[in-house]
Amino acid sequence: MTKHDHHEQGDHGHHPEAPSDLEARTLALESLLIEKGLLTSEDVDRIISAYEHDIGPMIGARVVAHAWVDPDYRARLLNDGPAAIRELGYDYPTSTGLTVLEITEKVHHMVVCTLCSCYPWAVLGLPPTWYKSAPYRSRAVSEPRLVLEEFGVALPADVSVNVWDSSSDLRYMVLPERPEGTGGWTEEQLASIVSRDCMIGVARPRVPAEANR
Amino acid sequence: MTSVDPRIANLDRGAALPRKNGELVFKAPWEGRAFGMAVVLNEKGAYAWDEFRARLVEEIAEGSPEYYESWLSAFESLLIDQGVMSVDELGRRASEYASLERDPVF
Repeated sequence: MTKHDHHEQGDHGHHPEAPSDLEARTLALESLLIEKGLLTSEDVDRIISAYEHDIGPMIGARVVAHAWVDPDYRARLLNDGPAAIRELGYDYPTSTGLTVLEITEKVHHMVVCTLCSCYPWAVLGLPPTWYKSAPYRSRAVSEPRLVLEEFGVALPADVSVNVWDSSSDLRYMVLPERPEGTGGWTEEQLASIVSRDCMIGVARPRVPAEANR
Repeated sequence: MTSVDPRIANLDRGAALPRKNGELVFKAPWEGRAFGMAVVLNEKGAYAWDEFRARLVEEIAEGSPEYYESWLSAFESLLIDQGVMSVDELGRRASEYASLERDPVF
């Protein structure tokens, strides 16, 4: 694992030189399957994107859901994030620390990396594009309440906001509050409402409207 | 949020997808394309996931150096055996790309 995330994904663009054997075989397959009407490039894009982005936060979501149902686990998670994540059978790199930040009625947390895009991808997958953007990186620090409002999180004046700047050595994950109306839910149901943004601190878990009917 | 795809979850015991701290990892764009194509055709009902998985396990057992090379070989052999495309058709098309006779952007 490299120290920073921002150069990990090479942007290869077009192929100025001849494709490798493996690339040529893949191109041959895709072009033939398209010609035969069996798939489109967009179908393939959609799958890649789903696996890279949507399934990414699943580990973090399961960790949060488990912490919601097991107070002892919650305490261990807040005390030593990486150890608690490994306890559930997931890998967490030894080279990077992880502090889990608990949202309460009076304290909100949000995470940023002001220098680049340090991100707890071991638990949250790939960072969203906005996380890497210059405006988020600067405004999360200069006007966090406004940024949160833009994300749809309006905080009463008596709730304090802590902004945590990730580094190469230490990453943060937010433990959101369990929403009302989720009594009796299974961990899997709970995990399904914990989005990536909830664990960055720019969204709250939301109970789908149909669940209350 | 999507729950874990059972197709992916059952790729274990030697056929597990390469992951970096739990995330799927594509080292090169072609790996992502090969992955995506196999999942799409399964979704569209071209084959049962187990048919693909069995071939992948075989390819890996044969000792291909790279995971997605095995994946690609398994996918090719499945399509050929199913009559979706012929060995010649695929070979010809691949060499057209390899020799730059055909533009790799489509």
